[in-house]
Amino acid sequence: MAERVVAAPFTAPRPNLIARIRGLFIRSEPLRGYALLTPTLLVMVLALAVPLAILVAYSFWTQNYLTIDKTLTINNYAVIADKLMYQSLLWKSIKISGAVTLATVVLAYPMAYFIAFRVQKNKLVWLILITVPFWTSYLLRVFAWKIVLGYNGVINSGLMSLGFIDKPLEFLLYNPFAVVLTLAHAWAAFAILPIYVSLEKIDRSLIEAATDLGDGPVMRFFRVTLPLSLPGVIASSLLVFIPTVGDYVTPKLVGGTTGIMIGNIIQSMFGKANNWPLGAALSIYAMFAITILVCVFLWFTKSLRKNVA
Amino acid sequence: MSIATVNSPRFGALGVFAVAYLAFIYIPVLFLPLFSFNDSIYIAFPLKGFTLEWYGKMAESKGLITALENSLRLGGVVAVLSTVLGTLAAKAVTRYRLPGSGPTVAFIMLPLVIPGIIMGIALLVLASYLGLTLSLFTIGVGHLLITVPFSMLVMISRLEGFDKNLEEASSDLGENAWTTFWRVTFPLAIPGLIASLLLTFTISFDEFILAFFLAGTEVTLPIYIWSQLRFPAKLPAVLALGAVILASSFVVVTFAEWFRRRGVQIKTSSGV
Repeated sequence: MAERVVAAPFTAPRPNLIARIRGLFIRSEPLRGYALLTPTLLVMVLALAVPLAILVAYSFWTQNYLTIDKTLTINNYAVIADKLMYQSLLWKSIKISGAVTLATVVLAYPMAYFIAFRVQKNKLVWLILITVPFWTSYLLRVFAWKIVLGYNGVINSGLMSLGFIDKPLEFLLYNPFAVVLTLAHAWAAFAILPIYVSLEKIDRSLIEAATDLGDGPVMRFFRVTLPLSLPGVIASSLLVFIPTVGDYVTPKLVGGTTGIMIGNIIQSMFGKANNWPLGAALSIYAMFAITILVCVFLWFTKSLRKNVA
Repeated sequence: MSIATVNSPRFGALGVFAVAYLAFIYIPVLFLPLFSFNDSIYIAFPLKGFTLEWYGKMAESKGLITALENSLRLGGVVAVLSTVLGTLAAKAVTRYRLPGSGPTVAFIMLPLVIPGIIMGIALLVLASYLGLTLSLFTIGVGHLLITVPFSMLVMISRLEGFDKNLEEASSDLGENAWTTFWRVTFPLAIPGLIASLLLTFTISFDEFILAFFLAGTEVTLPIYIWSQLRFPAKLPAVLALGAVILASSFVVVTFAEWFRRRGVQIKTSSGV
């Protein structure tokens, strides 16, 4: 992008205009900043804003076997409102993702706290140790749980060879719990890192001050450390909750029939069921629900922080 | 990491929890390499014996090699493009006081908070609307969408870490914008650039949710793995592949982190 600023001297057929533009660039910070931002913004508009707009348009169209009828209609949304299946599936997906988020954040917090406050040397080693499993293939990480929980899996064959059970336990795999467990494992690093960063940023003298003013470790934690690390907790919650609501890989591999989520239905609308407009409407509906929930969550945590402060 | 520090009384219950937590995140993943050496087509205990057969099967598989090549190419291009875009955007917001930079940054970060499936189908719908054939190109556009925000975050934390005056000093001493960039900005940004390249490459290399919707006849490695998961007979070779990916990621991530930290330590500012 630097070339945009310096291009002027080399191409000087109309010195007046170019000099003026150049002068404007040098004087105006916002102009130079936005010139640098242009390529990125352009890509994001073309690859995000435009496709989402077309997706919204699709949700008001109708699938006619192989062709799309582009007459605007709210039929797709009427179908969604009418069929309880879609409502309950979305609600179930939200509950599963909510459970995943809660489990991930609750488990991640002590780990992040440990690295931030207890580990003196080699913090880097701990951070690497935590990150490494998550840079392996997501599909294989999910598949690993199939190995652990499956009919002939690690837990079953282990328990059987130890003589605790006679035949494999079937309730381990293919249910919502397996989905929650697998997702909580798959997204752990996303929860730890933001919490760690916010804990690490806390000014240690504040904690000392709380001790000097007579707070015990527990009071100190709830009155100083936890409130100050809330931004990290909020970031982690959102980073885990939002993508997992739409996941279709994990439910498909370990969820069975009771563990399917809204993502599986949306995916099938763009695959086997071949009803793109209905799929588009479902995803807009899901995104709308997620946005509302996120806003409620942010409003709730904001008022919580106000109350503490 | 030394186990001795973990066991010292100072660490207490939290230390025990930390070790248990590490076990929770590692044990399932470590079953992949374990069973990749097991001399049986069934993935179950007890282990039958040691074999390298599955690694041989993996290396012979034409589909796998093609998918690997596609993923490496795609990851390389996506890493370079997203790092360029992320760096430009990061430089713009860290160097200049921009009116409306808050909403602009939020817009670029938006893909972090949109479920992948929705971006996947939105791009699929766009491609079909424009009559584009699905290919590595369409997957690449999807990957740019999710890698640019990460690259920008990495570069913002790197660029915030060094002194703005260095660039001003350079122009005061008579360098133009181009030479200032090459002689001051670029060398200082290198650790961030490398971290960003590695991070975005890894994200693209592993991405499945969007690629599934945007892939045509050329498949990437995750799509190939997905197609293999349905065939029990092919599973051991997939596990061998998983073990290889695990080992190479370990090397790459360790290198990346080491490099990034080293870069940060030089300035000692800006935490993670």
